[in-house]
Amino acid sequence: MELTTFWFILIGVLWTGYFVLEGFDFGVGLLLPVLGGRRLSRDAADAEKRRRVLLNTIGPVWDGNEVWVITAAGATFAAFPNWYATMFSGFYLPLLLVLVALIVRNLGFDYRHKRPEAQWKARWDLAIFWGSLVPAFVWGLLLTNIVRGVPIDADMEFTGDVLSLLDPTALLGGLAFTALFVTHGAIFLALKTDGPVRAQARTVAAVAGVAAAGLAVALLAVLGSAHGKPVTWVTSGAAALALVTALAANRVGREGRAFIGTAAAIGLTVATYFVMLFPDVMPSTSNPAWSLTTENAASTEYTLTVMTWVAVVFTPVVLLYQGWTYWVFRKRLTTRHIPDDVAPATPAGDATGVTGPVRT
Amino acid sequence: MDATDLARWQFGITTVYHFLFVPITIGLSAIVAGFHTAWVRTHNPEWLRLTRFFGKLFTINFALGLVTGLVQEFQFGMNWSSYSRFVGDIFGAPLAVEALLAFFLESTFLGLWIFGWGRIPERLHAATMWVVHVGTLLSAYFILSANSFMQNPVGFRFNAETGRAELTDFVAILLNKVQLVTFPHVILSAYLVGGAVVMGVALQLMRREWLRCSEIHDEDAGGAADVPMYRRAARLGAVVTLVAGMGVAASGDVQGKIMTEVQPMKMAAAEALYESVPAGEGAPFSVLTIGSLDGERARPLIEVPNLLSFLATGSFDGAVKGINDLKAEYAQTYGTAGMAELADPSTGYVPNIPTTYWMFRLMIGLGMAASAVALVVLWATRRGRTPTGRWLLWLAVAAPVLPLLGNSAGWVFTEVGRQPWVVFGLMTTASGVSPGVSLGEVVTSMTVFTLLYGALAVVEVKLLLRTVRQGAAPFEQPVDPAEQDEDAPLAFAY
Repeated sequence: MELTTFWFILIGVLWTGYFVLEGFDFGVGLLLPVLGGRRLSRDAADAEKRRRVLLNTIGPVWDGNEVWVITAAGATFAAFPNWYATMFSGFYLPLLLVLVALIVRNLGFDYRHKRPEAQWKARWDLAIFWGSLVPAFVWGLLLTNIVRGVPIDADMEFTGDVLSLLDPTALLGGLAFTALFVTHGAIFLALKTDGPVRAQARTVAAVAGVAAAGLAVALLAVLGSAHGKPVTWVTSGAAALALVTALAANRVGREGRAFIGTAAAIGLTVATYFVMLFPDVMPSTSNPAWSLTTENAASTEYTLTVMTWVAVVFTPVVLLYQGWTYWVFRKRLTTRHIPDDVAPATPAGDATGVTGPVRT
Repeated sequence: MDATDLARWQFGITTVYHFLFVPITIGLSAIVAGFHTAWVRTHNPEWLRLTRFFGKLFTINFALGLVTGLVQEFQFGMNWSSYSRFVGDIFGAPLAVEALLAFFLESTFLGLWIFGWGRIPERLHAATMWVVHVGTLLSAYFILSANSFMQNPVGFRFNAETGRAELTDFVAILLNKVQLVTFPHVILSAYLVGGAVVMGVALQLMRREWLRCSEIHDEDAGGAADVPMYRRAARLGAVVTLVAGMGVAASGDVQGKIMTEVQPMKMAAAEALYESVPAGEGAPFSVLTIGSLDGERARPLIEVPNLLSFLATGSFDGAVKGINDLKAEYAQTYGTAGMAELADPSTGYVPNIPTTYWMFRLMIGLGMAASAVALVVLWATRRGRTPTGRWLLWLAVAAPVLPLLGNSAGWVFTEVGRQPWVVFGLMTTASGVSPGVSLGEVVTSMTVFTLLYGALAVVEVKLLLRTVRQGAAPFEQPVDPAEQDEDAPLAFAY
């Protein structure tokens, strides 16, 4: 196999890893106002505990999940600099939006629990919700645009504008990805919690799953009719089947299988995208001859060889320790496991200011 | 102001901002890991309380370091696509390796450390923080090799056919002589910052605890026992600061000589030295200069004889080239082919002199000031003394701020001093920007980042101060994971 093909596949794998892993924590963020909302809770205190259950299911792992996209971007830079350059400069404003969303979302996870005030927590809840919604949707939108092709000139520069990215198929892509992540997140929560939250997560998964199935089938059919190859019909079909199996498993309470099902559905969808794309990496709608391909966007043979060695040696190590984290934190959580928000031990008065303890 | 200027300002602002958190992450992760190890070895409650307290400060800081780092990675492609195409074959590799080797390690093991209380055995738990620290070192190593390539391109060839620089020797990138001196300099200054943070915070809390105890006239009450704990932490921080400070000075000295060798213009600019000083005469180091820094001459007020020759060459009467001679030399070596900004005889090849001159001095001065603070603290707290004067508060605030600003000054100096090049001798900064990105887009992102970063700074500082004010939480015996009750509340939860 050509090294360029190998790296194309590897970048596909990195995006798959990103969406399968961060997909469920996007889903958890999106479900915060639903499963952690007032309607399903006894009272405000119960709602708060439930939100903390949701957040703690992903607490130890979301950060590691996010590194998959950083690695995907870094690997694209290293293996296909022209792809990286065209994509990141071309999708300037949407990526700015993604950055802002990820920034406030990450800080939400880290800072929310650091103060007891309800208003402080409510603000970070909003940051987590929007910070999950925006990247979920925008990544779907952008990847779909890449498969459909965007205007690129002979110098590999993107010549479209933001509005040209908002085409109906791409918007469908954004919606389908979001719905898939919500389903994936709900099933993850059913797998990782117990008690009422678990039962309600399964109900949510069933509802969201139907929407996700409808949107994903429509998306893959529309994309397949224009860019499909025989094998992408197979992977598309397998994705749909995996999702249906997941929903069936969810119905009968087999949450582990359901989770494997939604993970497979997301993975197969991303695989379908990459197979449709190959051997282009960013097809040009201006002139097919100006498309970026695995050949003209790639780094040199030498760079790819070095990178291949690094990837072959270290990727298994990363998978091992990341897998181990999931094992360490495998316990199901319930509201019982959430410690009370203890008022912090403040010796000499909290309000006196950093320089003002008791004066003599 | 055009898109290039704005993209440069944006890179400068986002990078300096990012690098406020980076040295704290590197330095503090080692110190927290040290506290944690001390707890595991001695089971002295003070170590556990310090571990948890500084660990909390660490996570607040880490969060912002991480998210601002994300911006850095996207920014190369967003604002500097021509640069990315030109050097992607070389520059992308260390970035990708950094993500694979360092970021996964840091994020995953920090998650394990934060949530590991009562869930993983204590030795393993302490080890996770050391792994985080190793992750920060690896991260620094790879990103600094990328930067060192920009300072001193090695291990590549220029391919005229593709019009880009191509990697020929990855090991040369990792062992670039600039890298070999830059890495220790940066890491040691990060330890300096970490030590200074611990020193400053602990000093402030030591003073507060002591005052409270004397207020209630009861040496044994409440937090009285905390005074020795904070004093010990402050002294430890001071020792780290002082030792690291000496290392920073030593590594910086070597770095200066390498820099003079690979980028003589940067050293001349650092000194605003316009006329060359031949061998045997000894160039002085100016401490203060007035007059036309950016003109054709400078008028130094205070000078240390022969010091510049020593800094630049290691010999007190070594020859140091001046800006005027170097301008001609550079023009001959690099030409002006296709790069309009190089053709201007007065500015071509010459970086902004006032910036390089002052930042060079600030870097050195602030670093030395931080070490001086550490000395004062060690002296004032010698043999169990507990100083409580108001001056201590000033020291406590100055301790972390001085070296952080010194770090920023160092980076501004080294990056501005390389101008007009983005990759020295190969590509100018102006030709690296994204051609397809409009002024409006850069203005938008600049505005968004400035507002967002400003708001985050307020939130972060308030949260840090609040956490410092709370001080170390009372000791709680951690639960042994082997005896953990399945239904017991988590020892740590969001």
